[in-house]
Parts: sequence; C-alpha cells; structure tokens
Amino acid sequence: MALLQLDAVGKRFGQVVVAENVSLTVEAGALVGVVGPNGAGKTTLFGIVSGDVRPDKGRVLFDGRVVNRLGAAARCRLGIGRTYQVPRPFGGMTVYENVLLAAQHGAGLRGRDSLDRAADALERAQLVAVANRPAETLGLLQRKRLEMARALATRPRLLLLDEVAGGLTDPEVAELTGIVQSVQAEGVAIVWIEHVVRALVACVDRLVCLAGGGIVADGEAHAVLADPAVREVYLGADIETPTVGSEAPA
Amino acid sequence: MTTVEQAVAAPPAAGALHARVTRGGRTALAGGAGALVVVAVLAVMPFAVSAADTTLLVNFFILLTMAVMWNLLAGYAGMVSIGQQAFVGLGAYGVLVLAMNGVNSFAAIPIAAIVCAAIALPVSVLVFRLSGGYFAIATWVVADTAQLVISSVTSLGGGTGHPVPGLSQLSPRAFAEATYWAALIVVVVALGVAYALLRSRIGLLMAAVRDDEVSARSAGARVMATRRLVYLVAALGCGAAGALLAVSQLQVQPGSVFSIQWAAEMIFVSMIGGMGTLEGPIVGTILFFLLQQNLAQQGAWYLIIFGSLAVVVAIWTPKGLWGALRQRTGLELFPVGYRLVTPDRADAPARPSSRRLRRR
Repeated sequence: MALLQLDAVGKRFGQVVVAENVSLTVEAGALVGVVGPNGAGKTTLFGIVSGDVRPDKGRVLFDGRVVNRLGAAARCRLGIGRTYQVPRPFGGMTVYENVLLAAQHGAGLRGRDSLDRAADALERAQLVAVANRPAETLGLLQRKRLEMARALATRPRLLLLDEVAGGLTDPEVAELTGIVQSVQAEGVAIVWIEHVVRALVACVDRLVCLAGGGIVADGEAHAVLADPAVREVYLGADIETPTVGSEAPA
Repeated sequence: MTTVEQAVAAPPAAGALHARVTRGGRTALAGGAGALVVVAVLAVMPFAVSAADTTLLVNFFILLTMAVMWNLLAGYAGMVSIGQQAFVGLGAYGVLVLAMNGVNSFAAIPIAAIVCAAIALPVSVLVFRLSGGYFAIATWVVADTAQLVISSVTSLGGGTGHPVPGLSQLSPRAFAEATYWAALIVVVVALGVAYALLRSRIGLLMAAVRDDEVSARSAGARVMATRRLVYLVAALGCGAAGALLAVSQLQVQPGSVFSIQWAAEMIFVSMIGGMGTLEGPIVGTILFFLLQQNLAQQGAWYLIIFGSLAVVVAIWTPKGLWGALRQRTGLELFPVGYRLVTPDRADAPARPSSRRLRRR
C-alpha cells in the first residue's frame, strides 16, 4: 500500500486552475522529485497534502486513510512534515524553541525525549551554533535549514521539501542532498520540489513534472527530463540535461 | 508558591551531541525566592500601612491581575482584545448576583470567575471567527453588548447599578483586610498560573500561534485549542479582577465595571512594562500607580502625560521598559525559555543573555 495517494485531486482559485485531476502515489521510503515551471501548482500540491489547502475534488489518502477532512496540525501528527518555500519561522522564539515546539506537538514527545529530538534535528540541519538566537535574526539560508529542522523534529513518515536548495552554492547543495539522503535512509518518504534539477537527479528514485496543475510526466528522472512533453512545458528554457545531472555529487 | 514549584521543573537533557537544555534554573529559583519574600511582605501590609494605602494596593492588585491576563492574551498568544472589560463587568455582576442570593461575597469571587470562563467559551466561538483588528473590534462589541444586556435587568439595578449586599456585617477594618488578602491571593494566583502556563508545553504553543499560525499548524500545533485555552484563562482572571472590584467598591455600576477604561489601562501598563514578558505588566502597573499618585492633582494633564508616555515607549522601546532592560542586561526574573548548552560553544552571543549565563 502506498504511503501517500492522491486520487483525482482538483483545486481552483477563482478562474485559475492550480490542480486538475492529479493522481499520484508515493511509496513508503521513496524519494520523489517534483519539477515544473513557475505556477505549475507544485506548492499548492504540497498544501493539499499537508492540509493547508482544501481540494475541491478528489481524495487524499495517507497510510490508507482518507485525510481530506483533517487539518494541517492533525496531518502533521499523523506523520506528514513540510517545509515552506518562503520560510515561516516563529520569529520571536529561539531557533531551538522553534524546533522544540515541533518535537513536542508534531512528534507528540514529552520531557527529555522532546528536548533530545529537537537537539538532534538542529544538529542534522547544522544549526546548533545558532540554537539560542531569536529565529527572526537568521538569514535566508539558515531560515531554510530551520524549516528542515522543524519538519524533521515532527518525526515525519512523509517529508515534503519545498525548494530547500534554492540559492545555495554547489557544495551546499551537495551537503543538503546528503542530509536528505540520510533522512531517506531512516525510512522516511520524501517529496522534494526543486528548481535546482541537478540536486534532484542526483538522488531521487522518481521524478514528477507538473505543469498547469496537471502531471505531465512521472517516472525515472532521466527519462522524465528527456520527455518531449516536459521539454515543451519549459518552452525551450534550458533545463539541465541528464548528463549535467549525473555530475552532481551523490 | 506556584512560582517556586515551577523553578525546579525540566531536568537538563543530554542529546547525541552532549548538549544540555537549561531553563534558567538558578535565575528561576532566585526569582521565585524573591517573589516569595515580596508576597510575604505584602501579606502583612495591612498591619503596617493606613487604610487608604491598603485600598490603593487593592486597586493595584486588581489592575495587575488584568494586565497579566491581557499580556497572556496579546503579548504571548497574539490575540489583541480590547473587550476584556466584558469579563471584568461579568465578574462584578457575578458577585452581586451571588451575594443577593445569600452567598458570602468573598466566596463568590472564585465562583464568579469560573462563571466568566464558562461564558467565554461560547463567546470564543463567535469572536474567533475573526482575526487581527476585526477580532479586537468584535471583543469590544461583546463587552458593550454585555453591558447593555446587564443594564436592562431591573432586578440588578438597571443602568444605575446596585450595592453588594451582606458586606456591612463586617467591621470596616476587618472588611478592608479581608478585601486586601483576597486581592493579594487573586494576583498571586494569576501570576503563578501565567508563569506555570508559560513554562509548560503550552508556553511554546502560545508563542508559535502568535508568530505564525500557518506554520504552527504544520508543526502539529492545535491553534484553535490553544487560543481558546488562553482566552478562557484570561476571562477567568479578568472575571476575578471584576469580582474584587465589586467587593472593594461595595457596589456595582454597569457604566463603571464595563468601562473601556479597563481595557485601556491593561493595554497601557502591559505596553509600558513590556508585552511578552512576565515582568512587564508588574513594572508597568507600578509605574502607572506612581504616576497616578503624583499626577492626579494635575487634572487633565495626567492623561496627557500618560498618552505621551505610551507614544514615546511605543516608538523608542516597543518591547517596553522591561523588554529594553532585558535586551541590555539579559535579566530575567521569571525565565520561561529554553537554552541549548553545548560543551564546545562556538555560539556567538547574539543575545546579551548568553554572555551573562555563560559565567555561571
């Protein structure tokens, strides 16, 4: 049974269709990349899975259970963790407290277990050095790491990463890929939206291309990138080819 | 007292990276011990000071209780209410109704407070449909509605109010002392409950809901339940303050107990002292009474000075006087946060507090 299953999901904001008949499954422990041009509906899709966005049509199943009627907090506690493309830290709290909240309420841990879980998540995201700073004092890159640490602290079974690599240098992307792979190695399924396609190609099991609210291609990464339909939605924009992708460090 | 029990909570944790988590154990103990001494001194005050000063202190405790509640609502949980006088008024009328039915007025104080929390539950369903400025206005509408409804009940004296029966049995001195101790108990419980809440799991929840409700949900926080809990606690506290008001003034007038002036005062003292700190409302309330005592003869000037002070603080030290002091010195009498302490500290002291804490 798939961990996540989207069943003919549809969503429109007024006249704008952001998801049209989207069906997608993610197996437990899989690492799935999502690409697509701006406005393709990638972030909305995450919202539909995490509970921030209510779909107009279709069903969302997590672990075999229909979760359409559950709010974001309940879905988080079931095991869906997410990051935000534009980081949303709790600015008035310290970095450690940001993550501790997720451990206490997302993972449902108490006392020392929660303190340890939060410390571990910070260490993974390499934020220990700034643990006691107010989150509002962090720069963008550290805010992105905080998004990741907070999602990890909720002890997810499915982790939704929304452009965590944007704006990073190549060595930083490689480092991040390493973190993502280590999370996957623990059996966490990951869906990763990223414009830095080479980061995805280096590690994903599967690549999904979205455009205009629908799935254009879904399959092995190189095959998806070579797909004429995928090339067309990018309108000739020079997306990175599989050869470039294979150079990225694993 | 409650404050001291909280101080020894949360044992340090050792994670994989040999980090410990401290919650300002020593500071908390010192703060708790200091608070205990202050409360002990305050408890014997009626024997040391004049009746007028006792009355002044009762009013101080009443305003401080309200300010602590408003600070929980707005400073910690981000719910800016300008309608807490609804519960002040309902608390006062709660005592009146109970006293008219033969209940001892002092015993009526906790009952009236609980009734206020019970009324706050359905009210929260209504006002939580709105947020931000709309929420603020809605709370004000609720307060005015409560006043209009109560004023139309003729058995409660209608618009002119009603004296609280049964209080004349006590001698003036015994009555003043009992009122004082009741007010002291209420304010100590209010501060203790606020401190306990902020140090519990709910403390982080409140701050997260205030800072970003969307990502709070995604991190597993029950946003609505948190808000509702804080709203009920604030109604309980403001209800107790209103109940004290009824007892200390010997009568209840709708125009007085439901006055927007209460909201203005609780907002003023929280802002001046520092929202989002437990110490802030205490500092603000002390300052408010000092100013009021020294400026009351100046007529309208006293309000002009209050207003100017609020503007100056809002512009130059938006975190309030205590907030500014804490930023400079790292001083916290009642620490509620968490600090991760790693053995090899590469941590640059971004907060002044880290410099101070490391010395221990």
